[in-house]
Amino acid sequence: MLGAYLPIIVLVTIAILFGLGSLIFSSLIGPKKPSEVKLAPYECGCEPVGSARERFSIKFYIIAMLFILFDIEAVFLYPWAVVFKKFIAAGLGPFILAEMGVFIVILFVGYIYVWKKGALEWE
Amino acid sequence: METLVMPAINFAAIMPETILSIVAMVLLLLNVFVPGEQKAYLAYLSLIGIVVAFFSVVSGWNAPLPMQEGFNGSVLQDNFSLFFKAIFLISAGLAVLISDHYMVKEECNYGELYPLILFATAGMMLMASGTDLMTIFLGLEVLSVSLYVLAGYNRSNIKSNEAGLKYFLLGAFSTGFLLYGMALTYGATGTTKIAKIASAAALDATLSSNPMFVVGMLLMAVGFSFKIAAAPFHMWTPDVYEGAPTPMTAFMSAGPKAAGFAAFIRVLMVAMPTLKADWSDLLWILAVLTMTVGNIIALSQNNIKRMLAYSSIAHAGYALVGFTAGNGEGTAGILFYMLSYAFMNIGAFAIIILVGKKGEPNNNVEDYAGFGVKHPVLAMIMALFLFSLAGMPPTAGFVGKFYLFSAALKSGYVWLVVIGVLNSAASCYYYLRVMVYMYMKDPVEEFDWMKLSPAIWASIAISAVGVIVPGIVPSIILQLAQKAILL
Repeated sequence: MLGAYLPIIVLVTIAILFGLGSLIFSSLIGPKKPSEVKLAPYECGCEPVGSARERFSIKFYIIAMLFILFDIEAVFLYPWAVVFKKFIAAGLGPFILAEMGVFIVILFVGYIYVWKKGALEWE
Repeated sequence: METLVMPAINFAAIMPETILSIVAMVLLLLNVFVPGEQKAYLAYLSLIGIVVAFFSVVSGWNAPLPMQEGFNGSVLQDNFSLFFKAIFLISAGLAVLISDHYMVKEECNYGELYPLILFATAGMMLMASGTDLMTIFLGLEVLSVSLYVLAGYNRSNIKSNEAGLKYFLLGAFSTGFLLYGMALTYGATGTTKIAKIASAAALDATLSSNPMFVVGMLLMAVGFSFKIAAAPFHMWTPDVYEGAPTPMTAFMSAGPKAAGFAAFIRVLMVAMPTLKADWSDLLWILAVLTMTVGNIIALSQNNIKRMLAYSSIAHAGYALVGFTAGNGEGTAGILFYMLSYAFMNIGAFAIIILVGKKGEPNNNVEDYAGFGVKHPVLAMIMALFLFSLAGMPPTAGFVGKFYLFSAALKSGYVWLVVIGVLNSAASCYYYLRVMVYMYMKDPVEEFDWMKLSPAIWASIAISAVGVIVPGIVPSIILQLAQKAILL
């Protein structure tokens, strides 16, 4: 049973040894001529400006979160719309429509809450 | 074109969840449309919702099987889940009763509290009646996300912030374990339905020794152990219980713990009876560790909320003793114990809320010096709750422990019961210490800041009745619990 995992263990071992080996050997054998440019953090070829540890406004976080919520609602509507005709053919049209209505009402409650709370105002 | 068939939907099976969710959404809208700082009306409306849901739970009791099943076998509202749903509703109701007072005092009366409690309760119910691993997971997420917010609800208090963040990070981590366990179980059996997992394991004897299946069980046990705060997965409990707003600490220690047990019991006893030899050993170790760690650390605690947090770890350990027994008596004992624990623990927290000043600078055991002289009635009721937590007759705590331990004895776990009883004896020290301060020390404070509201009185009175009545006539509750066990 456990023998089936042997190739994976071999692969993982080789991967670790190869990774460690190249790092160790390059630091042992490679020439070291450091300069200021070489030691600078790599930033797409541009010169680094300021620290990366900046604080962002919480507004970005809220907008991103709300975007994901309502985005998923929209994404769910597409497959529903694609199969809706099949449901009509099976005689389940009104029921499936009502189900989607319930789903949208629940999200709408959330939307009204967010809107009234002022989470959508930028200023 | 294949024809689509209507899935077997039965809304009666999720009636209590539906009621609570609708009430919660209405409250959410009321909270933003009705101006003003007064939020007590939300508490009363949510109480109405909880009572209606409770009636729907009562009316579902002993329903015929077709009425219990719903959603293609993802939900089963059997007596087992109904008993747990009653526990969740009772703890939610008591938590709502003690909330308004606290939130006004701590100046964090935002109103979202009540919808969040209701959503959390709906999630717990879904966990208890879920018979599909996905439904259980969904319920767990609805519960957990609401609880993360509730733990950090007092947003101007740094400790509450810490509690919310800590609970969120560790909770998300443990959810990962649970989900990984579910994935492995699905990989081994090809289904997420609990009944089908059981039949797959019964048909294929090699499955019990399939590492994928066993590791799946273990990882799910880790996830659930985190939710019920069993050692060694209890690290989050003291900090979260201490930092969270006190009514939410009371709620968290009663409802979600019971929900964790409900799902844990169903998954292990119904889906994986073939692995019983494995999981009963595991539960034995968990029970011993949980009881011992909880009680020993509680001995040295001075902050009463932190002490009750460790005590709640210990109580999860006692319930695990009944779970280890793996028989019907053990399950009935857990049901009985979780119900009594909800009453005694929320009752004790209600009195802690009354005694606490704003910002809770006086939550130490010494601050209760002379409480018995200044407020004899409240001190007596607090003593009753503490006696029940310590497991002394004639309280519900004693009867519950008695059933749990006798179920374990019946299954032959003598040493487990010996360790449990020793632990229970050790726990008397820290409960009695509060009483020593209440009755045998001279008052330092006047306790004149305490404001008694009718809602708090109601919750204390209900809890006191819930501790005494099952303690004197346990057969009422026990007969219900025995009808609620999983066969």
